[in-house]
Amino acid sequence: MTPVLEARGLHKSFDGVHAVNGISFAVHAGEILGVIGPNGSGKSTLFNCLLGQLRPSAGTVLLDGTDVTGMRPCDLNRLGVSRTFQLLQVFPQLTVRENLVLAGQEHVGTRIGRLFGRPDAGLTAAAERMIALFDLGHLAAARAGGLSYGQQKLLDAAMAFMAGPRLVLLDEPAGGVNLTMLGNLRERLRDMNRQAGATFVVIEHNMDFVMSLCSRVICIAEGAVIADGPPDAVRNDPTVIEAYLGH
Amino acid sequence: MMARASAGGLVAAVLLVVLAGALGFALQPYGIYLLSLWAVYTIAAIGLNLTLGFAGQMSLAQAAFVGIGAYCTALLDARGIPFPATLAIAVLLTFGVGWCVGYPALRVQGHYLAFVTLGLTTLVYLVMRNETWLTGGIGGVSNIARPWPFAHNLAYLHLCLAALLAVAAAMWWMLRSPWGRAFVALRENPVRAMSLGVDVRRYTLLAFAIGAALGGIAGAFYAPLVQYIEPSPFALGFSINLLMMVVIGGAGYFLGPFLGALVAVLLPEWLRFLQDEYLIIYAVAVILLLLFCPTGLLGLAERALARGRARGTAKAAAPVAAP
Repeated sequence: MTPVLEARGLHKSFDGVHAVNGISFAVHAGEILGVIGPNGSGKSTLFNCLLGQLRPSAGTVLLDGTDVTGMRPCDLNRLGVSRTFQLLQVFPQLTVRENLVLAGQEHVGTRIGRLFGRPDAGLTAAAERMIALFDLGHLAAARAGGLSYGQQKLLDAAMAFMAGPRLVLLDEPAGGVNLTMLGNLRERLRDMNRQAGATFVVIEHNMDFVMSLCSRVICIAEGAVIADGPPDAVRNDPTVIEAYLGH
Repeated sequence: MMARASAGGLVAAVLLVVLAGALGFALQPYGIYLLSLWAVYTIAAIGLNLTLGFAGQMSLAQAAFVGIGAYCTALLDARGIPFPATLAIAVLLTFGVGWCVGYPALRVQGHYLAFVTLGLTTLVYLVMRNETWLTGGIGGVSNIARPWPFAHNLAYLHLCLAALLAVAAAMWWMLRSPWGRAFVALRENPVRAMSLGVDVRRYTLLAFAIGAALGGIAGAFYAPLVQYIEPSPFALGFSINLLMMVVIGGAGYFLGPFLGALVAVLLPEWLRFLQDEYLIIYAVAVILLLLFCPTGLLGLAERALARGRARGTAKAAAPVAAP
């Protein structure tokens, strides 16, 4: 079966620093793949190369077997690939509801059609469902900039799901989120995976979160994949332990 | 946060325009001229407010677009082309030029973009001044006819106000539509917008082109209003003046340009008795406003409103809290 997403020999260097140094891996439909690794090991750079934010120095990215290397993020998104960022990325002056409508609107009809169509692009109902799912009901009309860090993180994740993507890449979704919200987030991700059949790639430092959510884990150190397998096997792999603890 | 374009905003805009139209009947020709000028400035400022206030793209080129619109109308009028056609040509021309000016914005932002657009204003000014064969040079273009049947001052005021109303309604509709949301997304977080499928390139170019086209419309109505144009009103100073209108009114507020243009037209008249000191007073007033409220007059109003509401809530809650 063709993988949903495949990286072949990805390289990215910045002024001689090899941030991503020959990474190859594949994600299959319905998988939740965890990506772990020490700080500065190249995880976020890998995401940026996969999603068109950065153009890889070498290597290819395949989506359903089609080469999408260097495709613009907005075009990739319209092919059903969505993401969250490590640092907060909401639109602070827009309300929670408007953030969600914005996240879905570019997938509805044509640009000219959207100008003359309904102001909400017919997405209010979908936005309300997402608001209920992520427990943001009491905040729907509040400006996103006024939400707490954890609430913004949930909104950020909800936005990534707004357009019903097939593949979502999450960059540290659990960072700075309290335990209750974390449990909520994990359940939401599981629901999306089971019911909508969405595939996930999750960068995360919170080991409990990764181990309880992911079906497979890869570990990256110094820009290369050093382990790939079931969560428990990777966690106990001596090379992984050494990469985290240092030489 | 006031909505980008609320129903109340449109109603207020309509009331302002109707009020101005009625006021025209009571005023002398000079007052009518000032009101017409207000309408024209407001149209240009609405355009800049889209580019700068909503889409967050710094631009000092708006005077150039007004100039292109005005010269286009004046020169075509001299060749006997009717006003509706010159207006359409001015809109298309400025839309095209604005689209091209948007390209640098895909590479540079903020102060750098200000310099690029400042360059365009200077370039257009130099063309108007030096290419005498086309523009008449410093002699300008005179005897610009007003379209029939709007030759009379009052009738022409009403035509300008009708244009303002049409522009305001169209802008209101666009800001409420998904386009308005996408423009704000450009301003707030272009990287995130891109990852949500927003074609940042396209919307940036559109923000410049539509803002420029509104500058073109303002220019097309300005030329027949004054009936004689020369290069100096379209120099850099006017770009900065338009920028001030947007900022003083409140960048990113639908009604901001209406207030900003009002201040820009009326304040010099009220302060006329001060003669040359007028500019000092004007400058100090602007500096104070921006120090204490960088979001402009509407930002100030919004803050006052929020404070009043908070006090109201506190009062309502007080009896419950008291033992």
